[in-house]
Amino acid sequence: MKPPPFEYHAPVSVDEALAALAETGPHGKVLAGGQSLIPLLNMRLAAPSHLVDINRVGELNTIAARPGGVRVGALARHAAVERSAEAAAVLPLLRQALALVAHPVIRNRGTVVGSLVHADPSAEMPAVLALLGGSVRLARLGGEREVAAADFFTGPMESAVEPGELAVSAFFPAPPPRSGTAFQEVARRHGDYAVAGMAALVTLDEDLRIAAARVACVSVGPAPVVIDLSDACDRRPAASVPWDAVAAAVRDRIDPDGDIHATAEYRRHLTGVLAVRALKDAARNAGTEAADE
Amino acid sequence: MSEETTRHLVTLVVNGVVREAAVPARRLLSDFLRHDLGLTGTHVGCEHGVCGACTVLLDGEPVRSCLTFAVTVDGHEITTVEGLARDGEPSPVQRAFTECHGLQCGFCTPGFLCTVTAFLRDNPAPTEEEALEAVSGNLCRCTGYQNIIKAVHRAAEIQAETQVRPGDREGRA
Repeated sequence: MKPPPFEYHAPVSVDEALAALAETGPHGKVLAGGQSLIPLLNMRLAAPSHLVDINRVGELNTIAARPGGVRVGALARHAAVERSAEAAAVLPLLRQALALVAHPVIRNRGTVVGSLVHADPSAEMPAVLALLGGSVRLARLGGEREVAAADFFTGPMESAVEPGELAVSAFFPAPPPRSGTAFQEVARRHGDYAVAGMAALVTLDEDLRIAAARVACVSVGPAPVVIDLSDACDRRPAASVPWDAVAAAVRDRIDPDGDIHATAEYRRHLTGVLAVRALKDAARNAGTEAADE
Repeated sequence: MSEETTRHLVTLVVNGVVREAAVPARRLLSDFLRHDLGLTGTHVGCEHGVCGACTVLLDGEPVRSCLTFAVTVDGHEITTVEGLARDGEPSPVQRAFTECHGLQCGFCTPGFLCTVTAFLRDNPAPTEEEALEAVSGNLCRCTGYQNIIKAVHRAAEIQAETQVRPGDREGRA
């Protein structure tokens, strides 16, 4: 259980990091918080010959909360984003989801952008980015591009990051006014990856009926599965939404696999149940938000 | 291969003492503490971040030393279980674990002690739920956790008794 040997690079600026990644190409791997990468190294499931450690790149340790959304730099730890009152004010979903990411001690070290790049289909942060329609900014020597969440998660543990690229930040857009969010999941043990779960977003109209509803499900596909449930909610107030039909709509749209943790059928059932819980929570939060206006 | 032979000089302030060693980049902080510095109080359980036995404080914040490379934290401060006692006296958290039988075999204990020490610094009077959440990332195969949770609350009490500030006393008078 020891990591394989690698050549170590310790850039202190983004430019130095990009130069190291350009030089090492497909053999280079970025080390940020290491809470997913180092277990993979310890278990010899990955053996990159070069590690580019960005922990000294202070310019990446940023959390910028604006009315339009929150941009999180590549070195912002889960714990820092979770604690940020400014980020929570713009986007309560960040804190709602981060509280479910592993354990507090892991969150002290792990990074939000690292979770996105790791692209575990059972992880919370990719679902949050997918739900909100956010994006990841990828830099390479001499250029950068912004990749939308829908194009970013390309498969289980696979993202759109190309060799030589560094994910420098992620942008989580704020939902429209009168919106509420929630995150619901079920895990076998506290802090484990979820057997099923989802981030939910509900937007109310001026009469407090559900104008738009959307969930992003984890652990039921190769990447977060975003499902628009606006039609299923039938533009009614939360109290009179046909919730059984909403759960059925969710079950119809997913194709989960079974594994040692849960059968496919149980995952499908659970996802329907959790979708209703998450949407009800989100609708309640949207109501509170509307009342505050 | 060159990466096997390249050694990096890593300097840490461990429990208030400057310590250094030249190690390969792949040296985990847990192994750096145990093998290179001889501080075997930090225990290594699962080596993939699940069990929490290797938890140490990095600049005061609890982290998994098995999921951290020594070379990454070059220049930083580390507190291990060896650094919790003051002047030979067990810390409030250590006392509470003793009083409440918060350990049996003791293997997981260094990780619990470091985790709880940082937790009570940030939250000196936790609720039951907060205490449970705080130790949820540490596994213990002996105690059944109940006495550990008791120890967290007892440590909070001891801390409050031993750290009464003059202002607090006046407030109560």
